[in-house]
Amino acid sequence: MNGYSGQFINLFAALLLLLAFAMISQRRIVSLIKLFTLQGATLVAATALVGYVTQQPHLYLSAALTFALKVVLIPWLLHRVINRLNVRWDVETLINIPTTMLVGIGLVMLSFYLASPISALSTTIMRGTLGIALACVLLSFLMMITRSKAVPQVIGFLAMENGLFFAATSATYGMPMVVELGIALDVLVGILILGVFMFQIREQFDSLDIRHLESLKED
Amino acid sequence: MQALYFVLGIPLLGSVVLAGCGHRGFARDVNVGFSLGTFVAACVLTAAVISGGPLFAWQHEFFIDPLNVFLVTLTAFVGLTTAIFSRPYMRVEEQRGKMTPPRLRLYHSMYQLFSFTMLLALTTNNMGILWVAMEAATLTTVMLVSVYRTAASLEAAWKYFILCGVGIAQALFGTVLLYMAAEKVIGAEGGALLWTHLDAVKAQLDPDIITLAFAFLFIGYGTKVGLVPLHNWLPDAHAEGPTPVSAVLSGLLLNVALYAILRFKVLTDGALSNQLAGHLMMGFGLTSVVVAAFFLWGRRDVKRMFAYSSIEHMGLITFAFGMGGPIATYAGLLHMTVHSLIKSAIFFAVGHATQQAGTQLMAEIRGLMKVSPTVGWGLMLGALAILGMPPFGVFASEFLILTTAMREHAWATPFLLLALGVAFAAIFARVQPMVFGDTSLQPLEHPPALLPVFVHLGLGLMLGLYIPPYLDEWYRQAARMIGG
Repeated sequence: MNGYSGQFINLFAALLLLLAFAMISQRRIVSLIKLFTLQGATLVAATALVGYVTQQPHLYLSAALTFALKVVLIPWLLHRVINRLNVRWDVETLINIPTTMLVGIGLVMLSFYLASPISALSTTIMRGTLGIALACVLLSFLMMITRSKAVPQVIGFLAMENGLFFAATSATYGMPMVVELGIALDVLVGILILGVFMFQIREQFDSLDIRHLESLKED
Repeated sequence: MQALYFVLGIPLLGSVVLAGCGHRGFARDVNVGFSLGTFVAACVLTAAVISGGPLFAWQHEFFIDPLNVFLVTLTAFVGLTTAIFSRPYMRVEEQRGKMTPPRLRLYHSMYQLFSFTMLLALTTNNMGILWVAMEAATLTTVMLVSVYRTAASLEAAWKYFILCGVGIAQALFGTVLLYMAAEKVIGAEGGALLWTHLDAVKAQLDPDIITLAFAFLFIGYGTKVGLVPLHNWLPDAHAEGPTPVSAVLSGLLLNVALYAILRFKVLTDGALSNQLAGHLMMGFGLTSVVVAAFFLWGRRDVKRMFAYSSIEHMGLITFAFGMGGPIATYAGLLHMTVHSLIKSAIFFAVGHATQQAGTQLMAEIRGLMKVSPTVGWGLMLGALAILGMPPFGVFASEFLILTTAMREHAWATPFLLLALGVAFAAIFARVQPMVFGDTSLQPLEHPPALLPVFVHLGLGLMLGLYIPPYLDEWYRQAARMIGG
C-alpha cells in the first residue's frame, strides 16, 4: 500500500514541477490561469493522499481549503479580472523563453542540492519531494522576475504560494491548522487587493505593463 | 493578562468602527481615542510584566517577556503620537482635495488595523502567527501607501507588495523548515511552533535544517527591515504614501521585522555552535549602513532622504545585534528606541513642512524658521539628533556600538566611521538651507500638531542624558536574553 502511495506522491510532485515549467514557457494569460488551476488541483490531490496515507485528518481540511481557494475562487477572480480588463495576451517576456527554461533547470539543480541534506533527515513518506517544492518556489520566483505584465506577476506570486504549501506538506505533514488558516486569509486578502490595484494601474496608465511602473528612479 | 486582550482588542475594534465612520469629521479624534486606549493598555501590561515577570496567555499562544513588552509600549506610543499628528495633517490634505471621504475612511481603518497587526506580531508566541501578522502588516501598509491613488503611489505600493510578498514568502519557507526541525524534537502535537517551547529545546534542533531555515528567515524578514540589497521598496513606500504612514513605517514596522529576526537568532545561536546568525547580521548590517549613507547624497526628495537614513540606522542596529554580547545588544535596543522616536519626530516635522511648501523637493523648501519656527526647530533638532549629535540618545547608542566594534571587530570601524561621516555631511547640508534663509512659504490653514514632535525629541534627549533605572533594567534583561 505504502509503496503505491509513495509512487503516487512522487508522481504528483513531478507533475507540480512540470506545471511550474509549463507556466514559465506559457505566453497566453488564459492558459496561464488554467495551468495555475491545474497546479492547485495537483496540490489538493497530493495533500489529500498524504492525509489518507498518514491518517492525518487535518490534512483533509487543508486540502479542502486549498481547493476552495486555489482551484475555485482565485482562478475565478483572475478570469473576471482579465475579462474586465480585456487582457488575454502577455506578448513579451523580459528574457526569451528558452533562456528562461535553461535558468530554470539550473534552479532545479540548485534546489535539489540545497534540499538533499535535509531530505535525508526527513522521516515523512515524502522525503524526496522537498527539493521539488523548493524548485517550484524558485521557478515561480523566476517567472515573476521575467514577466513584465501585472497579471502574470500575480500568478507567479500565487504559484510560489503553491510551492510553499507543498513544501509544508512534504516536510512536516502540514503546518498547524491555525497557521494554515491565517496564511489562507492573507493570500485571499492579498489577491483581492492586487485585483483592485490592477484596475487602478489600468486607469492610471492605460496599460497593465509593469514597465510603466519604473518612473520612481533615484530622483 | 487582561491588559493583553485590551492591547490587541482595542485597535481591532477601532479598525471595525472606523471602517464604518472613518470619513466623518470626528473620525480623526476617534482614531486618536483608540490609539490612546491601546497605549494605556500597553502601559498596564508593561507594569504587570515589570512586577510579575514574563507571562503567557491563551494556552501559551501569547507570550510577553522583557524583549517584546518594551516594543509593545514603544509601538503603542508612536501609534498614539502619530495619530495625534495625523489629525491636522489629514485636515489639510482633505481641504486640498488629496483625501476624499472614502479614502479617509480607508486610511483610518487601515491605520488601526496596522497597529493591530504590529501588536499581534510582537505578542504572539507562535512563529507561524508571527508570519501571518507580518504579511497582514504588509497588506495594510500597501493600502496605506497607495491611498492617494496617484501614479507614483500606485507604483510604490505595487513594488512594495511584490518585493515584500516575495521576501515574506521566503520567510514562510524558513518557518516550514523550522517547524520540521522542531517536530522531530517536540512532536507535532506539542506546539512545535511556539517560541518558548523551541527555546527550551533549541540545543537539540538539527543544525543542518536550522542553518537553511535561518538563511530563509533572515532574507525574508530582512526584506521588511530594509537591509541592502533588499531595500528597494523602502524609499518609494516612504516617499509616496502620506507622511503619517512614513512615520509608522520607519518608526514601527522596521523594528517589528527586526524583532522577528532577533527571535530566530536566539534559536539559531542555541542550535548552532558557529556564529552564522551573527555573521550574517553583521555583514548585511554593515553593507546597509555604508550603501545607504552614500545613497543619501544627491537625494532631492526630503522623505526619500530620510527613508535612506532609516535604512542606514536599521543597518547599524542589525550590525549591533550581530556583534552580540551584552553591551552591543544593549546599544542595539537603545538605538532601536531612539531611532524610532527621533525618526518619527522628523517625519512629523517634514510632513508639516512639505504641506507648507506643497512639494517634497528639498530645493523648494526654504526658510522654515521664518514661517513657522516650531516646525523649523523640530526639523533642525531632529536632524541633529538622528545624526548622532550629543546629548541626544542616538549619540549614546552609536558611541556604544562604535566602541564595541573597535574592541571586537576593529576591521569594521573605518567603514562605520566613514558612513556616519558621509551621512552627517549629506543630511546636514540639506537640512540647513531648508530651515534657515528667506522664504515665500505660507503658514498652514490649521495649526500643526507640534506636541508629538517635541515629546519625541524630549524623550530622545532624555535617553541620551539619563536612562531611568527600570528602563535600564529592562534593556539589560532583554539584552541578556538575546545576546547571551
